[in-house]
Amino acid sequence: MSEKTMTGAEALVRCLENEGVEYIFGLSGGAALPIFDAIVESKIKLILVRHEQGATHMADGYARATGKPGVVLVTSGPGATNTITGILTAHMDSVPMIVLTGQTISPMLGKDAFQEADVFGLTMPVVKHSYLIKSTESIPRVLREAMHITSSGRPGPVLIDVPKDFSAGEFAGDLYPEMDLPGFSPDSVEPDQTIVRQIAEALSKSRKPVILAGHGALISGAEDVLRQLAEKMQAPVTNTLLGKGAFPESHPLSLGMLGMHGTAYANKALVDCDLVMSVGSRFDDRIIGKAPLFCRDAVRIHIDIDPSEFGRMIQCDHYCQGDAKIVLERLLEHVGELNTKKWLTTLDGYKRRYPLTYKKRGGLKMQQILDTLNTMTGGDAIMVTDVGQHQMWAAQFCRTEKPNTWLSSGGAGTMGYGLPAGIGAAFGKPKSPVWVIAGDGGFQMTMCELATAAINKIPVKVIVMNNRYLGMVRQWQTMFYDDRKSGVDLEGNPDFAKLTEAFPGGKGFTLKRAGDIRKVLEKAMAYNDGPCVINAIVEKTDNVFPMIPAGAPLEEMLISEPKSNQKLEKPTGST
Amino acid sequence: MSETSTNMAIHTISVYVANKPGVLARIAQIFARRGFNIDSLVVSPSSDGRYSRMTIASQGSAEGLEQIILQVSKLVDVMHCMDHSTGDAIVREMALAKLRVTFEQRTEVLQICEHFGCKTVDLTPTAMTVMVTGPSEKLDACLAMLRQFELVELVRTGKVVMARGDEVT
Repeated sequence: MSEKTMTGAEALVRCLENEGVEYIFGLSGGAALPIFDAIVESKIKLILVRHEQGATHMADGYARATGKPGVVLVTSGPGATNTITGILTAHMDSVPMIVLTGQTISPMLGKDAFQEADVFGLTMPVVKHSYLIKSTESIPRVLREAMHITSSGRPGPVLIDVPKDFSAGEFAGDLYPEMDLPGFSPDSVEPDQTIVRQIAEALSKSRKPVILAGHGALISGAEDVLRQLAEKMQAPVTNTLLGKGAFPESHPLSLGMLGMHGTAYANKALVDCDLVMSVGSRFDDRIIGKAPLFCRDAVRIHIDIDPSEFGRMIQCDHYCQGDAKIVLERLLEHVGELNTKKWLTTLDGYKRRYPLTYKKRGGLKMQQILDTLNTMTGGDAIMVTDVGQHQMWAAQFCRTEKPNTWLSSGGAGTMGYGLPAGIGAAFGKPKSPVWVIAGDGGFQMTMCELATAAINKIPVKVIVMNNRYLGMVRQWQTMFYDDRKSGVDLEGNPDFAKLTEAFPGGKGFTLKRAGDIRKVLEKAMAYNDGPCVINAIVEKTDNVFPMIPAGAPLEEMLISEPKSNQKLEKPTGST
Repeated sequence: MSETSTNMAIHTISVYVANKPGVLARIAQIFARRGFNIDSLVVSPSSDGRYSRMTIASQGSAEGLEQIILQVSKLVDVMHCMDHSTGDAIVREMALAKLRVTFEQRTEVLQICEHFGCKTVDLTPTAMTVMVTGPSEKLDACLAMLRQFELVELVRTGKVVMARGDEVT
């Protein structure tokens, strides 16, 4: 109960403190004034961003690196609509996040008031849940429910729209109210024992199994039991882009990432396997290629906490609803070593025949920078990527050994994600070095957040893979559109090193020659007084391989650059 | 999902939800995003006023609808969501039909009404409004007969559904 009178906003901030919130990433504005005022007295640290999209990606990066929900606070209207890209990104990748938006006073709702936007309606398809506050007294209950919803079961963003009259209004309610969520039964975590036994039996019959680890395995903290299970069964493990870190990629049983730009051996393993067991992956179109043909002769097992994923992309033989960690623990009791010696020999053959590789001749290669960075960090850093060619090469060459050290926008493929997400991760994990790998296109979308990093002395290390192209689109135009380039030329980029130096505490490096890679990376590692940016002038027109054209089955993987006279059909899948 | 296996039957889905703002919009959005048209929709408070009952009739492939039901069930304010198309359920609907009827036609209309158990709810020298209730197929048959006369307007409530016996909808 309140000892002295407080406002709704003060109650809100008190509740955030009680929930253990350390940081709020935000940008102020009229309709959110009472909340910003309430933060002045709070122990929560407000991180002022330069654009609201940046705030959402920072909260996202913070959440992915720590496992705790990230909190965003913005004003109404454009402040709120600027968060939508970040909310979509979090929604697609199941990231816990609370987005607080200021709103016009309640009597003005729906009257096109200044800076009014129906953000409750606008965000509905991209949130796990949302609220429009209807009274000052309801604020603590709503916040408690939101915190519960955002992280339980399959996580996702929750938006709370707060009309200014309620945040400014006098609060006389209970700061610790009961939740009122009769319809919300967080996805059940305990699996059905019968199904577990059926899966164990299917596994015991398999001679060529593949475990497919997705983001769900990381969210549930299943990495230890996954490793035990894989080692006990002697089954190889492949991971999705977001599943990087669920299983150490340097492990002899690891096949690395599968899918459109996955390793050739992972994709070949899926073509040849007699059983595939997905642990917390949603069989995204990036990994299955042509859905009806994906592992069509294999026994397919789908383990997921969210039953609405079952049968959505492909039909499986066994569906098991439950928390990945708990399901694998139950499975561990029922399975023994499988007879996979021959299978592992075959896969080792694929690994030797089709290694990830690149030519060291010619200009500066992104792959070589990433390969060197991987050797230098030894997996002991948080890697954050933007979206595009560099992202795929980073996924290939930067091996992820530990959970929550690989942050990338997967489902949404949000360009501009990298830098702000890296800043958010650095706030959450101040002791861990944070590297951001970005392209010159994506970096320019949110590079204003260098100011946020500089002012807070965040030693985030950014490599801008500067090929003066929107490289991934250019690759598709080259391969499938007769090299007719359209809307991809970024010649005339600013000097990113100089640009960084314009921010107080910012440090810029330029990397032009392969021989300087190690030296420049070492300098960047040694710089910890603020953000640093390596402007890496890389080769203009390198292409990412292996590649499965969108919508094609895994069998049609191109392991390396097709011959120049080989005409490729336009892919039937989406992007 | 393969396009060939689509079976475009009409499904009757009942959704039990918390009586809160925005719930209908969230549910409607899931149908719309998958390209499903909502043919009819009935929403009213349940016996416990904190909850509402929605009955949605929609046409589309069974596979698509299965996914929609899973996604609707996932919504925070939804208690449960079920397809009653295949099970044994009581389905009822009501329609009001306004007809322009001359003195000579009136007896024949009344005979049709009697056959289908309709009620005359309004009667004037030139028009009559009849109410027909029952399963949707019965309404269709009755209305087909009434269409022989000049049908001025027609309002149907849409289906409501309830499980039989002591099963809960």
